[in-house]
Amino acid sequence: MTESLLSPGPPVTDGGTRALPRRLRHWSSLLGLVPFLVYVGIFLAVPTIVVVLGAFGGPDGRPTLGNVDALTTPTIINAFVRSITLSGVTAVLGAVAGALIAYTVVTARADGMLRRSVSSASGVLAQFGGVTLAFAFLATLGFNGFLTVFFQDHFGINITGSGWLYALPGLMLVYTYFQIPLMVIVFLPALDGLRPQWREAAEGLGGSTWQYWRHVGIPLLAPSFLGSTLLLFANAFSAYATAAALVSQGSPIVPLKIREAITSEVILGQANVGKALALGMIVVVAVVMFGYARLQRRTARWLG
Amino acid sequence: MTDAHPAPTPAERPGHGVAVRLAGLRRTYGTVHALDGLDLDIAPGELVALLGPSGCGKTTALRLLAGLEETDGGRVYVDGKDVTDVPANRRDMGMVFQAYSLFPHMTTKENVEFGLRLRRVDGAARSERASEMLELVGLSAQANRYPHQMSGGQQQRVALARALAIRPQVLLLDEPLSALDAKVRVQLRDEIRRIQLEVGTTTLFVTHDQEEALGIADRVGVMRAGNLEQIAPPDVVYTHPATPFVADFVGLSNRLPGHVSDAAVEVLGHRLPLVDPSTGSGPVTALVRPESVGVHPSDTGSARVVSASFLGSMGRVSVALPDGTLVLAQVPSSAVMALTPSTAVELSLAAVPVVVEH
Amino acid sequence: MAGVTSRRRRRQRVLRWVVLGTATVFFVLPMFAMLEFTTRGMNGTRTLQTWRTLFDVPLLRANYPELWVGLKASAGLAVLTVVLMLVLLVPTMTWVRLRLPQLSRLVEFLCLLPLILPAIVIVVGLAPVYAWVVYLLGDSSLTLTFAYTILVLPYAYRALDAGLSSIDVRTLSEAARSLGAGWGTIMVRIVLPNLRNAVLSAAFLSVALVLGEFTIASLLNQSNLQVGINLLSKRNASMSIAVSFAALAFAFILLFLLSLVGGRRGTRTAEEPA
Repeated sequence: MTESLLSPGPPVTDGGTRALPRRLRHWSSLLGLVPFLVYVGIFLAVPTIVVVLGAFGGPDGRPTLGNVDALTTPTIINAFVRSITLSGVTAVLGAVAGALIAYTVVTARADGMLRRSVSSASGVLAQFGGVTLAFAFLATLGFNGFLTVFFQDHFGINITGSGWLYALPGLMLVYTYFQIPLMVIVFLPALDGLRPQWREAAEGLGGSTWQYWRHVGIPLLAPSFLGSTLLLFANAFSAYATAAALVSQGSPIVPLKIREAITSEVILGQANVGKALALGMIVVVAVVMFGYARLQRRTARWLG
Repeated sequence: MTDAHPAPTPAERPGHGVAVRLAGLRRTYGTVHALDGLDLDIAPGELVALLGPSGCGKTTALRLLAGLEETDGGRVYVDGKDVTDVPANRRDMGMVFQAYSLFPHMTTKENVEFGLRLRRVDGAARSERASEMLELVGLSAQANRYPHQMSGGQQQRVALARALAIRPQVLLLDEPLSALDAKVRVQLRDEIRRIQLEVGTTTLFVTHDQEEALGIADRVGVMRAGNLEQIAPPDVVYTHPATPFVADFVGLSNRLPGHVSDAAVEVLGHRLPLVDPSTGSGPVTALVRPESVGVHPSDTGSARVVSASFLGSMGRVSVALPDGTLVLAQVPSSAVMALTPSTAVELSLAAVPVVVEH
Repeated sequence: MAGVTSRRRRRQRVLRWVVLGTATVFFVLPMFAMLEFTTRGMNGTRTLQTWRTLFDVPLLRANYPELWVGLKASAGLAVLTVVLMLVLLVPTMTWVRLRLPQLSRLVEFLCLLPLILPAIVIVVGLAPVYAWVVYLLGDSSLTLTFAYTILVLPYAYRALDAGLSSIDVRTLSEAARSLGAGWGTIMVRIVLPNLRNAVLSAAFLSVALVLGEFTIASLLNQSNLQVGINLLSKRNASMSIAVSFAALAFAFILLFLLSLVGGRRGTRTAEEPA
């Protein structure tokens, strides 16, 4: 399929394509990109356009701001607030804990067992999410979970209490489980980029450990740390599966509100509210990822 | 370790030069002896170049002097005081690294001011001193640039300015030119020497490039396997190498069979004086420099030209002796063109003292 | 004090043990809890019944059909997604590098777009597209391949891009062409063999993502492993947790194999699978 698009007709000694005028050669090169563009067009661009246009489409098919207005209702605003809180808190927690773990590993040997195990473990755990993670926590802190039973039997305390696991606090705990490893993966390269020469130069010039970190280490790591935190934020904000598996009552956060909107057939036109919600999500994530990209560029320049 | 030439005292040099002494320095990594009882004296204001192949311990010696690593034995004295137990950030030494010297998030000026800032020098004095240093290295126009906006050579000059800004007792340069282009390397080398002479700071310069070491130093210390093979002024190291290793490492050498008798060696039909007249008689290998070998086209010559290269300022010719041995000779560039391959030639050897090994 | 460096090293070591120890407890606890939960028998005994059932395929198939269906679907999806991803990306990326370097930023942007358009957002707009897909190809869970290939784009792109950078495709293909090779030969005999590591890396990452995907499958009312596990949990908590643990262990083995294959390249893996 793609091979015929890739092979220019005439034989190999390249007398073929070079004989063609330049503009024609340029167009024939573009042909090679067509399959990819078509595919991405259908399965990525079209859904995006559906979402964006649908966000402004009414039940009768005519443009309206009604869906966007629906976004300003208290329930939806609260959902956004909760989503942002959840993402923000887990991003910061994940960033701090992850940075700490990354730091302890970066001071060890580069190809030693410790570094490799932590890297692999982080790779797997950052990947570990969704339904399986939710169930792991149910097995730990659910009504019959290991810790629940343990605390009940040994200390007589009921730790599941109000069912906090199935609401925002629970989501916060569970999300940090994959946020921390993600931070380790994303931040480790930046820590690696801190050259020992800078520390030695600072020492030679008379700086103490604290002075080195204050004037050199922390300023150099700050953009990467901030950027990684933003990445964690976007990651948590976009997450759906874990919450879907854990929360069965209500839709406290935006992704779950989207689920509600597109699966509920009770109220007509709800589907388009779902699209408006999706659009809102796109805006938030796009802004955050833009910030991340800018900070990454600075990091790459200094620590790359 | 031969040191027949003690450190000269450049008495007329101004500045902050202090004497440095490394006494019996030892450093081991596992089973490897990076330094094996190194003794070195550097006179105030002197520039000593430590030269040697990788792993000889030259960088280790520098880092021990800087305090960036701990000794496993021996002492370090700066200006007569024992600083072996003083941490690196209190030794008052300026250091320039091979790469990544500058802090990437600071401008040139901020980089140079950094040491002063740590010493709580106030803004105006700091700025003035930094400007002075940037002027010294010729980069005043780049004061507000960032490292990534400058070339490698410029970055190293800023690193030098930064090191000198704090008026260090000792200046340490760890292969500062190795990462630069050939032409920049030569220019910067002369710059560094000029600045060092002007400021007068005692300097230790580590390099694996013998041309660099010879070109820049007051004395050159050739190191091997954790110790000094020879330390002497550049011309002495070149013309009177103390050991075959030094003769081999510094400059090129031809290895030719010879025979020692009566404090001279017979090589290729010529009698040459010895660097070490006390060498015992018998068959030896003589190390003869290419510039001591003369090549003369001659119909009766028994040697033949194998190849000749025109190198601009001079030429290099490879000649085969009847028994097959290849001899490298240096000839004036004007003579190269006549020495086409297979030309019959005669070889002559200048009466310069040579090193021999048994 | 000469001991400054050794004091610093000691402090670092203490910090390391404390931090990593706490982290290990935090991360291992839920996994331990899963094992503990799935081996509970009557009256506080331990039993491997759940696990035995899990590995008894005919029994599994009979008693837990929703899980079995999901498992099969995910296995098929994993294979199909990897194939489609490779067929789509490898030629395209090579082509761009060789003939259209000015468009490399565009391709990169498109491939990284799914990071800004999370699955939950894409699935909202996928419904009309999938209406067509189902109309043309039937209502099979395997049609999710198309969506999944989009989801794996960022990770596969990064892996393949790193691979292509490291082999200097341009020089190799120019050398091959000067020796008389056509594009087909170049792709198959020159590019692919040298991209072995990158291809394997992209493949493993894709498989891991596909196995963990829940959002699109569930909201498009299809079946896959995660959907199966979720459905199962309503019936039999223990079995669903056992499968979760097995899935995690499998992902761990996959990524471990990946680290062996990829040598010392850092593990840049998927973010939370939507």
